[in-house]
This record gives sequence, C-alpha cells and structure tokens, in this order.
Amino acid sequence: MANLEIKQKVDASGLSCPLPILRATQAMKTIAAGELIEVTATDPGSVKDFAAWSAATGNTLVEQDSSNGKFRFVLRHK
Amino acid sequence: MDETISIVLFSGTDDKLQSAAVLAAGAAALGRPVKILLQYWALEAFKAGNVAADHGLSAEASEASSAAVAARAGKGNWAETLRQAKELGEVDIQACSLSMDVLKLEQSDLDSLVDGVEGVASFYINAGEGQILFI
Repeated sequence: MANLEIKQKVDASGLSCPLPILRATQAMKTIAAGELIEVTATDPGSVKDFAAWSAATGNTLVEQDSSNGKFRFVLRHK
Repeated sequence: MDETISIVLFSGTDDKLQSAAVLAAGAAALGRPVKILLQYWALEAFKAGNVAADHGLSAEASEASSAAVAARAGKGNWAETLRQAKELGEVDIQACSLSMDVLKLEQSDLDSLVDGVEGVASFYINAGEGQILFI
C-alpha cells in the first residue's frame, strides 16, 4: 500500500445509499485540491457508486480495497 | 448534455418520498442540479409540522417488508435526506401552484425545505433538456 497522507477520514459504516457518497461530498468541501480523504463503508453498492461519483465529479479514486464486508476508498480532491 | 434532473413528486407515502429523496441526493452528490416539483399528496407531506408524521406506505407494499421500509423511510428520514442533499448541492424544491390552490395552502404553511411556488410552465423551462422523473 502506498504511503498516502490522509487529510480526513470518513466513517460511513452502517450507512446505506446514498449516504456514503453524501458524506464524501461533504468531506471534499473541507479539504483543498490534491488532498485526500479516506472513506470506509459497508454498503456493497458503494463500490460502483464511488467509481461513478469519481467519474462524474472529477475527484480521483486513488485506492480501494475490501475485507470482511468493509470497503475502503481513498479519494483525491480534484 | 443537460445534467439537470427534474422530479415531479406526486406521491405522499413515506416509501415514495424516500425514493425521491435518495434519487435527489445521489444526483446532488454527483454535482447535478436537481429540481423537485411537489404535487398533491407529496405537498401534504411537506406541510410544516407534518414532515415527521407517519405517511404510510404505497399500495404495493408487502406485509412482510412494510415494517423494515417504514423504519428506514419514515419518521421524517426522507426529509433529512433531502436536507442533506440541499446542503451539498443545488437542489430546488417548488410547490405546484395548482395543488397549492386545491389544497388551500400558502407557502408559509409548508416546511422550510420548500423554496417556492411555481406553475408547470416554469417547471418545464427549468427542466430544459434534462430528464424528468415522475414519482
């Protein structure tokens, strides 16, 4: 795993669609261009949602992985 | 491509209100402008002080799953989803002027989520070439 400096962590565990992408959108408003947030979620739909969200908003999905029903996304502010 | 998503929200049951709220919030998170036109039963649900009331479920609700859906959508949860969508993006909620007249409502009778009152011509002009959903 690359050593990335996370500016803000967002725990969206237990939240269902569309709250994980809403929380991420909220967090993006608090950081500067180029900075990173890390989102953890348990909603299986969030995998496709974050791919679509990054394509639509221009924020980059830098890293993603999953284990034991938990999904983790690292996103860079455009 | 016009990215505006316009939703005609006609239904006033908690499940359909939540369905509309989720679609609106998702579009807002993607950066798309959202316009919602409230008609009839939806408008009743948006009356001030009435948002968190039990608005029931639509006719197609099954007995087996009603409690789970009501718990997720009800108690004003749909309104909270809309509130968050409005904080994040461009979500404009208008009351249909005809419905307002029929139901004898003024904007001051409605929850603060509602931004104004408009007619159907204004709705179409604002919808532009974007998609229109009816719920």
